[in-house]
Amino acid sequence: MALPVVAEKWSNSVKELTIGATQAEGGTREKTVTVGGAKCVPFIECDGETGNRPAIAMDVLDYVPNDWPDILRKPIEDVIDEPAKWAKKCVDEFGADLICLKLDSIHPDKGDKSPEEAADTVKSVLEAVNVPLIIWGCELNDKDNQVMPKVSEAAKGEKCLMGYAAQDNYKVITAVCLADGHSIITQAPLDINIGKQVNILVSELGFPLDRIVMFQSTGALGYGIEYTYSIQERERLAALSGDNLMAFPVISNVGFEAWRAKEAKAKDEDVAQWGAQEDRGPMWETITATTLIQSGVDIVRMYHPKAVAAVKKYIDELTS
Amino acid sequence: MALTGLDIFKLLPKTNCKKCGKPTCLAFAMQMAQKKASIDECPDVSEESKSQLGSASAPPIRLVTIGKGDKEVKIGEENVLFRHEEKFYHPTAVAVTIDDDLDDGALNDRLAKINALKFVRVGTEIEIDMVAIINKSGSADKFAAAAKTVSENTALSLILSSSSIDNMAAALAVCSDKKPLIHGVNSTNVDGMAGLAKVDGCPIAVSASTLDELAELSEKVKKDGLEDIVLDYAGSGLKDNLQGLTSIRRAALKKSFRPLGYPTMSFVTNCDDPYQETANASAYLAKYSGIVVVNGIEPWQIMPLLTVRQNIYTDPQKPVQVESKLYEVGQPDENAPLLLTTNFSLTYYSVEGEVEGSRVSSYILPVDTEGTSVLTAYSGDKLNEKVVKKAMEDAKVEDSVKHRKLIIPGLVAIMSAKLKDELGWEILVGPKEASGLSAFLKSNW
Repeated sequence: MALPVVAEKWSNSVKELTIGATQAEGGTREKTVTVGGAKCVPFIECDGETGNRPAIAMDVLDYVPNDWPDILRKPIEDVIDEPAKWAKKCVDEFGADLICLKLDSIHPDKGDKSPEEAADTVKSVLEAVNVPLIIWGCELNDKDNQVMPKVSEAAKGEKCLMGYAAQDNYKVITAVCLADGHSIITQAPLDINIGKQVNILVSELGFPLDRIVMFQSTGALGYGIEYTYSIQERERLAALSGDNLMAFPVISNVGFEAWRAKEAKAKDEDVAQWGAQEDRGPMWETITATTLIQSGVDIVRMYHPKAVAAVKKYIDELTS
Repeated sequence: MALTGLDIFKLLPKTNCKKCGKPTCLAFAMQMAQKKASIDECPDVSEESKSQLGSASAPPIRLVTIGKGDKEVKIGEENVLFRHEEKFYHPTAVAVTIDDDLDDGALNDRLAKINALKFVRVGTEIEIDMVAIINKSGSADKFAAAAKTVSENTALSLILSSSSIDNMAAALAVCSDKKPLIHGVNSTNVDGMAGLAKVDGCPIAVSASTLDELAELSEKVKKDGLEDIVLDYAGSGLKDNLQGLTSIRRAALKKSFRPLGYPTMSFVTNCDDPYQETANASAYLAKYSGIVVVNGIEPWQIMPLLTVRQNIYTDPQKPVQVESKLYEVGQPDENAPLLLTTNFSLTYYSVEGEVEGSRVSSYILPVDTEGTSVLTAYSGDKLNEKVVKKAMEDAKVEDSVKHRKLIIPGLVAIMSAKLKDELGWEILVGPKEASGLSAFLKSNW
């Protein structure tokens, strides 16, 4: 039977971005990670190239996460107070494609560490692992603006991905990423218009369009995932339809959000009917990731090794 | 392709008689094209035009009903590829398997666990919808026996899966009144299976590994007089299946290709790894499957799937709201704490869940903020001291509590002074996140 042709012809593609630099490229990474490049809606290759496979970044904190449930602490208990070793474990044992170093300890409530101390942490993590780095501030504008310049300088040449530039705070981070050759994350609070606006603001400072990653704040499974899902679908469609200021790879903060959900963090004795947390928690994180990946995510930030392994397998199946 | 107003106009009497209430036939046609008027409103239209319009205005993806009674499953009749364009209408049915080679004890145990797969999320009970009985034994007797036991002991709708016509007939003989979905139909057995479906008036799923073959099968059973058809695209893996499901939805919606204008189903039963099974099922839920069939029956496998479905199938144009009134958690008395929040259901139920978890009996008052969350409502001036005062008066909170202390969300601590002036109540600033409520209530109340 003659079937109708259903392939879509898209006029544009998601921009491709490489994070990390090898020695030949002026850095010290042994591996780099390239994301983006899709010329189709996620994984539908009859439309065009599916682009690079989504990458998994595992979060490493420079501040001991005492509020994490035991199940999340257990795999990293032995290295939890040493970001460099924690990062190495994520790469060597859990198979992280990248490390997302979250500089929690610069927050005034969490140690108020100095820019110099943060820069030292970044250096130690860069030395410990051979994969590229995402560096994420404490999300407090003033403090991030003090710290990010030092951190950026310390990682100069490594082509890190730095986060983030927001509508009300983008100038400092844009300037330092530009100066030190890093890529930048633009953030918006589940708002596609603000998302585009931040991209415009950053590009107006002369930031190259091939070094931007978009971050629409993430909603976990059961906690607003549908908002993130639809905004990311709309972003991908805008990109494919020719909007160059929306044609950037997308990052999602899955681990943090999924593990805030009661379904992941509630203790077994409180929710016996939901099954053991040992699997319930990682599964909640896994399904948050797998669902969002269907809406078009290029980098997922994750927490639990079991979830990382499952999502990796899922990505393998989608891209093989 | 849907008919345009002009296409419809050509089929109308063109008398401008106004009997339909519209000024002209053209105006009526335009309204019909937007699905705001029905051809039945035109008293003079010819039967021939009516039937032409009828088939052209049939939904591009047929609505198929499986099962009978309260738990019947309706799938199909979707209008869009992306939920933000409109919404997804008929939530994917989640089915779990029961193999017919289990002994009685094991089968009953499994069925009892399946029947118990119910959860409450944001005030709504979510549960699985179907049981798929798999003719793994190859025996007609065993298949029929399993079908009988299952149909007698569950209210859920059934899928019967066997590629043997005789075995299918045996199972249908014991449960056809439940209108199960006949599955296992391929090019080698399609005639016999279609015959069974016709006799028993049951929906039928056709399976193939190419779209071509699938379209041929659906056309074939349609010629046999069947209309309640489900398409089981069984491709070579996750990626191929998603491609197939997407092509089916596109062919139906964008090309009005009738042979693929039916709801779909996906079997996710060949994964060894439970994570992989649930992960793949989540993808099919988001991307166009009408039914996903899984093996896993553990709550930690099923609850996330049901949650994906609940989330993806919410109406994106309409924030889900709860009624603005005074809610009781536990058995609050006149000394119980009173917590203020907004009527965005996600916000309200996060608060309710945590208050429940704290085991401190309390009152919660969600203010009508048009379904927006605390910060959004505050910045949009939908949550201010006047709105709060009115909500408290409407809910007659002063009749319920003796004290005059109001706990407000930490995110709007800034409202404290104005609220205090407006209400004359003491304002306690609660935590910024609902997750802090348990500790807050225990130490501050």
